[in-house]
Amino acid sequence: MSEDQIKNLEAQFEARIARDEKIEPKDWMPEKYRQTHIRQISQHAHSEIVGMLPEGNWITRAPSLRRKVALLAKVQDEAGHGLYLYSACETLGISRDELFDQLHTGKAKYSSIFNYPTITWADMGAIGWLVDGAAIINQVPLCNTSYGPYARAMIRVCKEESFHQRQGYEIMMTLANGTPEQKEMAQDALNRWWWPSLMMLGPLDSESVHTEQSMKWKLKRKTNDELRQQFIDQTVPQADAIGLTIPDPDLKWNEEKGSYDFGEIDWDEFWQVVKGHGPCNKERMNARVSAWENGEWVRDAAIAYAEKQQEYKSKQAV
Amino acid sequence: MKNTDLYNYILGIADNTLILGQRLGELCGHGPSLETDIACTNISLDLFGQTRSYFQYAAKLKGGDSTEDSIAFLRTERQYVNVLLVEQPNKDFAFTIARQFLFDVFHHLFLEQLQQSKDVNLSAIANKAIKEVSYHQRFSSDWVKRLGDGTAESKERMQDAINDLWRYTDELFHTTDSDLVMIKEGIGVDVKKFKDSYYQRVNEILEEAKLEIPESKYFQKGGKKGIHTEHMGYILSDMQYMQRTYPNMTW
Repeated sequence: MSEDQIKNLEAQFEARIARDEKIEPKDWMPEKYRQTHIRQISQHAHSEIVGMLPEGNWITRAPSLRRKVALLAKVQDEAGHGLYLYSACETLGISRDELFDQLHTGKAKYSSIFNYPTITWADMGAIGWLVDGAAIINQVPLCNTSYGPYARAMIRVCKEESFHQRQGYEIMMTLANGTPEQKEMAQDALNRWWWPSLMMLGPLDSESVHTEQSMKWKLKRKTNDELRQQFIDQTVPQADAIGLTIPDPDLKWNEEKGSYDFGEIDWDEFWQVVKGHGPCNKERMNARVSAWENGEWVRDAAIAYAEKQQEYKSKQAV
Repeated sequence: MKNTDLYNYILGIADNTLILGQRLGELCGHGPSLETDIACTNISLDLFGQTRSYFQYAAKLKGGDSTEDSIAFLRTERQYVNVLLVEQPNKDFAFTIARQFLFDVFHHLFLEQLQQSKDVNLSAIANKAIKEVSYHQRFSSDWVKRLGDGTAESKERMQDAINDLWRYTDELFHTTDSDLVMIKEGIGVDVKKFKDSYYQRVNEILEEAKLEIPESKYFQKGGKKGIHTEHMGYILSDMQYMQRTYPNMTW
C-alpha cells in the first residue's frame, strides 16, 4: 500500500470516529490504535484479575453469611469482567496467554490501587465505595468509546460496578452506624483508601502522556484532573451523610468554582507504587504467577484430554 | 426446644455445605484458569446460599436469639457435625476436584430423596438446591475425567487425591440418633438406601476417567459426632474471626 493510500485510510478512519461510528475487529485500523487499545483493555482486564486478590483475602473471614455471599458474588463479577475484557482484547489479534505473559513478566501494568493491603473488614466497604466509585467515573465514558467490543463490554461492567459501589457504601454505612469500634474501623479504612483512590484517576494532566491521543479516539472523554474533581465532588457528601471525615485538612467547598478544593496528592507515593514498590506489589504478582504456574499441569491435562476426545470422535466417524 | 432432632438434622446437612463452601472460597483468585476460578467460586456461592436457607430455618426452630449467623459462626468445634470429607484441604486442584466429586455424587442422591421429605421447608430447599448440585456434579465429574485421562502427571495427581480421600466416603452413609428419628418420621433421608448407587456412580466415572477404584476398606469417621480432623480448628479460626473478635455487632 502506498503512503497516500494509507493516509487516505487514516483520514477515513478518523472521520468514522468523529461521526461516532464504532470500529469493529475486522475493520482497518491504524497500528497505533490497535496497540493503544491492546494496552488499555489488557491493563483493565489485568486490574480486574489482580483486583480479585485484596478482596478475595476476606472471603473466608467475612463477618456474616450475607456479607460472605455478597463478597463472593462481587469478586466473581470481577473475574467475569476480566474474562470478557480479555476476550475483547483478543479481537485485536493477541491471545490471552500472551496477555498473561505480559502481566507476569511485569511488561503490562494493572491498577496500582490493588497494591495496597486489605487489613480490616472495613476495607471491603472502602474498596467498593471508593475504588469502584473511582473506577465507574473512569469507565462510564468508555461505554461510548470508539472500539465496539470494548464499548459493549463496558456497558455490562459499569452496571455491575455500580452495584458494587452501592454495596461497598452500604458496608461503610452499617459500620458508621454501628458501635464505636466499628465506626473507628470505617474511619480508619477511609483514611487509608482516600488518597490512593484519588491517585487511581491517573497523574496530573500536565504529566499524563496518553491523554491527547486517547481523547481523540474517544478512549477518554475527560481528563484525569476533571475526573478526579468529579469523584471528589460526588464522594464528599456521601462521607458527610454517614458521619465520616475525609482525611484532607485542605478540603473546602469553593462557592465560586462550584466544587471542592483539595489538598496536594503525594505523587512520590503514586510513582513509587506504579514503579513496583508499593506495599503489596510483590505479593500480588507472586500470587498471580504461582496460580498460573501451579495451574499449568491442569491446563495441559485439559488440552490433552480434549485432543484425545477429538481423536476418539474422528476414529468413530471413520 | 421441641424440635431438637429436626434442628440437629438440619445442622447435619448444612454444616457440610458451610464447610465445603468455606474451603472453595479459599481458592478465589488462585485457580488454574479464569474459567475454573469462576466455577469454583460459583459452587461456593451456591453452597453458602443453601446453607443460609437451612440455617434460617434452624434458627426459627431454635427461637430466642438464634440467627443464621449465630449458628454458622458461634459454635465450638465439637458442635459442628459436617463429615470429615468436606473439611479436607485444597492440597492441589486434583484434591479440590476429588473432594468435590466425592461429595457432589452423594449430595445429588441425597437431595433427590430430600425432595420427598414430609417437611415442606426441607423439600422446598432441596428442590432449589438440586438444580445447582446437578451442575456441580457435572463440573466435578468432567474434571475427574479430564485429569484422569489427561496427561501422565494429571493422572497421577488425580489418582493420589482419590486414593487419599476415599477413606472419608463411608462416613457419608453413617446415621446419628437424630437422623434415625427423622427417617422414622418421613422427614429425613435414609442414606443407607443409596449407598450402593453412590459407589456405582462414582466407580463409573472413575472407570471412564481411566482411574483405579481404590480397594482400601479402612475408613475414617467422627465428623458427624463433632470429632474432626486437625484442619477444622484452622477453618473455624478464619471463619469465626470477626464474630469472635467483635461480639454482638451488626454487619
